[in-house]
Amino acid sequence: MTSAITATGLRKSFGDKVVLDGIDLEVRAGTTFSLLGPNGAGKTTTVQIMSTLVRADGGEVRVAGHDVARDPAAVRAAIGVTGQFSAVDNLLTGEENLLLMADLHHLGRAEGRRRTAALLGQFDLAGAAAKTAMTYSGGMKRRLDLAMTLIGDPRIIFLDEPTSGLDPRSRRMMWQIIRDLVAGGVTIFLTTQQLDEADQLANRVAVLDHGQVVAADSPEELERSIPGANVRLHFAGTTGLDAAERALGGAFRHDDTLTLEVPSDGGAIAVRALLNRLGDTADEVDEVSVHTPDLDDVFFALTGHPTAEPAPEMENTR
Amino acid sequence: MTTLAYAVRDSATMTRRSLRHLLRYPVTLVVAVAVPVLLLLLFVGVFGALRTSLGAHASYIDYVMPGIIVMTAGYGSSVTAQGVNRDSTEGIIGRFRTMAISPTSMLNGYVVSALARTLVSAALVIGVAMGLGFRPTAGAGRWLAAAGVTVLLALALTWLAVPFGLAAKTAEGLTGFILIVQLLPFISSAFVPPGQMSGSVRWFAAHEPFTPVIDTLRGLLAGTPSGGTMLAAAVWCAGLALAGYLWAQVLVRRDLSR
Repeated sequence: MTSAITATGLRKSFGDKVVLDGIDLEVRAGTTFSLLGPNGAGKTTTVQIMSTLVRADGGEVRVAGHDVARDPAAVRAAIGVTGQFSAVDNLLTGEENLLLMADLHHLGRAEGRRRTAALLGQFDLAGAAAKTAMTYSGGMKRRLDLAMTLIGDPRIIFLDEPTSGLDPRSRRMMWQIIRDLVAGGVTIFLTTQQLDEADQLANRVAVLDHGQVVAADSPEELERSIPGANVRLHFAGTTGLDAAERALGGAFRHDDTLTLEVPSDGGAIAVRALLNRLGDTADEVDEVSVHTPDLDDVFFALTGHPTAEPAPEMENTR
Repeated sequence: MTTLAYAVRDSATMTRRSLRHLLRYPVTLVVAVAVPVLLLLLFVGVFGALRTSLGAHASYIDYVMPGIIVMTAGYGSSVTAQGVNRDSTEGIIGRFRTMAISPTSMLNGYVVSALARTLVSAALVIGVAMGLGFRPTAGAGRWLAAAGVTVLLALALTWLAVPFGLAAKTAEGLTGFILIVQLLPFISSAFVPPGQMSGSVRWFAAHEPFTPVIDTLRGLLAGTPSGGTMLAAAVWCAGLALAGYLWAQVLVRRDLSR
């Protein structure tokens, strides 16, 4: 397999703030690569450098075999970019936005119309094709944005937090679109703050923290390195808590909240087995909740500090 | 196709895009005509009494119209700067920059469409003025020369508007530019000959860039000699256009996030 994107020793600072502190990445052609990290970790800056919008201070980036600093035009011809904030022309209709992109890709008139109609249908925008993008909902704008990226049939697509701010339905729709693209042989470079999104979509995940890659692996391997899911049992009093602790063994006890934390995959079968093991003590349980690991857990496991640390948001400006 | 042919085609696409905005929101054009016409009514109707002091000009509207044409171009450039700024802050310029389009094509699209819009509004304003009694004595040749001066001025103001629109981080950041292009014509030879002003205002009005442009237009339209002012007008316009062009070329290629 060949590499679609490689970065070596990539560095970038804005003023005295170091945003990328020597990162190395490799994305194989035809796969989905996810860059995972909290706000301010340097995700958007990485995408901006790879998509020729920002010059790196040091290091080398090759996209589709071309050096982004030396041959940006060749890189631009190979890529498509959908940023964090929808970059659509709000004064044009959805259809006009797509036709504009078709013209800028120098597609013929007939071919431009054909692809526009196909994308409007595929992205569930046919009904709103004649309305200006200004009237679109967040999810519709994001879909239009991605459709505009796809007009030129790019082989490498950068998606910068494509589902941030979307409702669950739009989010699932976006995921399906991304899966279909990869099935068609496209390489996806995806940034996200959500562990489950990386888990759902990516073949490989790199975790970015304060401008450094702190882990790079398959999502399965990454999850093995962090604490798994657990089931939390909440009790009304210490009697039930004591009994349940004896019955289960190996559970983690929180006296202050009267809670037992039991490692588990969190599935229905595992929860039923757990309650069966409790026997009559199960009647003492007030509340059962399942906690699955999220970005915070990954971060805590990998870096020893939580994500909540305030980091100035340098990257989202234009 | 060659690189040049692609650049021409992309420039045309970008121009069509901006013109489509104008057709979708014709109110932009209506306001671009209404503002200068209101100023014309204000000056001719309210300050028309000043005409006695203006010598050769038979009617004050003939004296004021060149200034109103310049103000039409000034207002047009503030619309251009706002449009460029909206594209820049909404991120569509970022999208264009990740595509295989030359940055110059993008700028050309703004400039060509803005030029067309400004010239159409100037023509409409002149039409309204004629209805109000504007009677230029110029023949076809002088009209053509006056049109040429207006194009040159509109080009200069548009090439300045584009980099100001790109540079401002928010629409509020354009206030300075808009003030300059909309207010500077007031302190020029537009409404009163600078010779009748006093002190430093007189000096400023006599030397600011809009004055030679207005004097040239006035000379051409009224059929009086405009002498050296035409050269001064051409130099000012060419200089401002070049400065704006070079600045825009730098801004459109700079790092997107700072």
